[in-house]
Amino acid sequence: MEHSFVPSQMTKKYFTPWVTVIFIIALIGLAILMLRLVFGLGFITNLDNQHPWGIWIAIDVAAGVALAAGGFTTAALGHIMHKDKYEVLVRPALLTAMLGYTFVALGVCVDLGRYYSVWHPLIYWNGNSVLFEVGICVMFYLTVLYIEFLPIVAKKFIGNVNLPGILSGLSKPVDKFLRILYKALDKTMFIFIIMGVVLSCLHQSSLGTLMVIAGPKMHPLWQTPVLPLLFLISAIAVGFPMVIMESTIASKSFGLKPETDLLGDLGKMVGPLLGVYLAFKVGDMFIRETFVYLTELTTESVMFSIELIFGVVVPLRMFLTKSVLKSPTGLFIASMLVIFGVLLNRINNFLVAYTPPYEKVTYFPSFGEIAVTVGFICLEILLYRLFVTYFPVISVPVEKSLQDSKYSLKRA
Amino acid sequence: MGSIKRRDFIKTVTAVGCTAAGLSAVTPKKLNATPENILSKDRYGVLVDTTVCIGCRRCEWACKKAHGIEAGSIDDYDDKSVFQEERRPAHDSYTVVNSYDVPNAEPVTVKVQCMHCDQPACVSACIVGAFSKKENGAVIWDESKCIGCRYCLVACPFQVPTFDYHKAIEPEIRKCDFCYERTSKGQLPACVEICPVEALTYGKRSDLLQIAHDRIHRNPDRYIDHILGETEVGGTSWMYLSKTEFSNYNFPKLGNSPAPGVSESIQHGIFAYFVPPIALYALLGGIMYLTKEKSTEEEK
Ligand code: SF4
Ligand code: SF4
Ligand code: SF4
Repeated sequence: MEHSFVPSQMTKKYFTPWVTVIFIIALIGLAILMLRLVFGLGFITNLDNQHPWGIWIAIDVAAGVALAAGGFTTAALGHIMHKDKYEVLVRPALLTAMLGYTFVALGVCVDLGRYYSVWHPLIYWNGNSVLFEVGICVMFYLTVLYIEFLPIVAKKFIGNVNLPGILSGLSKPVDKFLRILYKALDKTMFIFIIMGVVLSCLHQSSLGTLMVIAGPKMHPLWQTPVLPLLFLISAIAVGFPMVIMESTIASKSFGLKPETDLLGDLGKMVGPLLGVYLAFKVGDMFIRETFVYLTELTTESVMFSIELIFGVVVPLRMFLTKSVLKSPTGLFIASMLVIFGVLLNRINNFLVAYTPPYEKVTYFPSFGEIAVTVGFICLEILLYRLFVTYFPVISVPVEKSLQDSKYSLKRA
Repeated sequence: MGSIKRRDFIKTVTAVGCTAAGLSAVTPKKLNATPENILSKDRYGVLVDTTVCIGCRRCEWACKKAHGIEAGSIDDYDDKSVFQEERRPAHDSYTVVNSYDVPNAEPVTVKVQCMHCDQPACVSACIVGAFSKKENGAVIWDESKCIGCRYCLVACPFQVPTFDYHKAIEPEIRKCDFCYERTSKGQLPACVEICPVEALTYGKRSDLLQIAHDRIHRNPDRYIDHILGETEVGGTSWMYLSKTEFSNYNFPKLGNSPAPGVSESIQHGIFAYFVPPIALYALLGGIMYLTKEKSTEEEK
């Protein structure tokens, strides 16, 4: 019997014991966030003049952006290179990217001393500032992501717009509007898809340039002019592992059969990407002769080694192994390692490597900072679950039927 | 072909290309929008002679007074016990004097504050261009633009700007502003004015350099042949003379290239008038178009 994959709504009950736990953690995070808004950053964080940036920047923003890279890498694969079989992975990755970037933006807001001025970069420009470029690109990309997701929302309501009460008269026009919107988006979507990939390449790399200006404050193991390139390659490399990880967890959580063949094919591409990344990382280390720092036993050298060995070398070896690519567990573990590696790399770049010239205390995140970061992640999971329950995002196999292709560009 | 015809596709891609080209046409404007970094030949500076400073901390008091910060009684500043710990400028003290033990000599007292760099990292880094280098040499902060991201703290090589972490609304970035208000009215910076031994000399940076070289030349025993700030990170408006190596006073070891140099050239390399992004866009558009042809053919 021939199967074809069709994006469908998930029908499982929303609350399970685990979901309830996640819900409570998210609430705690939000409560602590309130304290920050009312009493200021110093009240709940360990940030000071020596350590202006903490885990909210390193994890919520820097790692958040990198780990949302699945959105643009699958879009490039499925829509730009037209590798149609990966189509089923594009929607879930798009949703994660959309939620991921939304929380990146929230993370930035929370960390800004004057969060209510977050829109200032739109009118006050500084073309020399790397942060300005990152900020603008992220804002635009977030918009593009919302636009890319819009057809899924529009489609759901077309034909069943039923506004309540006095608004019911508007139901027809709204429906009409949605139809026009859907059609217009259908025709122009490829513009946004390409734009999304370009914007991603730009800010993923610029995030690396961010710390270049810190100069000697940053440990030589990480401080290098090729940081933007390293950030871009590692973001591309972590994109597919993120998709594999999410797909595996979603399958498990919603009781679907894991798409191991497809994920295995995706995994085949991760090996070479990690290889390129490793080559650049090691090459850079030898050109700048920073390997001497690895002979000393310091926090930096240990963290650097962990990042490289467990985050790059081991998963690289795994992704090049046939049996791993065939096993759901193997794929999952290898992907988790890559994700761990990139997360650690961002933490290392922004926190571990950063030592100001006058350091009186060392930085370790406070309970409040951790609670907010963890709370945000939980909230993201909850929203993901909500979205896949209400909108057709995750594909399930159905008997071959007419599958409506998403973008008319590829319709024959 | 599908619902979009080849001609339409090309039309749209061209339209996008034109928009992008239009965007790049406005780039010069965008570059103008970056904060001013005026390097006037007549910019001012201060020469700090650490061999003269007596560590009376009058400058700390005067600085607070001039900036509306609770300063307390000037007599309290005779208290030398604060020297036991190295202090740093903070949101309620833009300048501090520290005392350092040096081998085989009296301890040396050193005043620190913003260096007012000629190529300031804070100006280059600030996301909204809230910092700017003024004609008279001062690097100042514009409250109305700042969003409190603290990237300036990350960027400053001397670890100078500070942030008020305990304010929820309108927290400020604070640092020595070279007494911009006072100097604009022709007054001396408050710290320079009060210094009882003239350890601080205010004047045009070029004149100060001459004075400094002169002093070193005439008293080779009194000074090492190094003016801190003459060339460090591309030169600074505040400069220091000393009897012993500056590393004794915990000054960060910095090269002579401007602090924002590398990051700005990467940044402008990636953006070079929007050419690389547009090229990438075109490339991806091309790939999308070509592979689509292929996948439609296969389907036939
Ligand atoms: S010392 Fe720091 S704050 Fe002062 S001008 Fe230089 S970079 Fe800016
Ligand atoms: S904290 Fe304010 S002054 Fe500093 S970089 Fe951010 S916006 Fe600019
Ligand atoms: S120049 Fe003005 S702001 Fe700067 S340290 Fe002296 S008194 Fe303070």
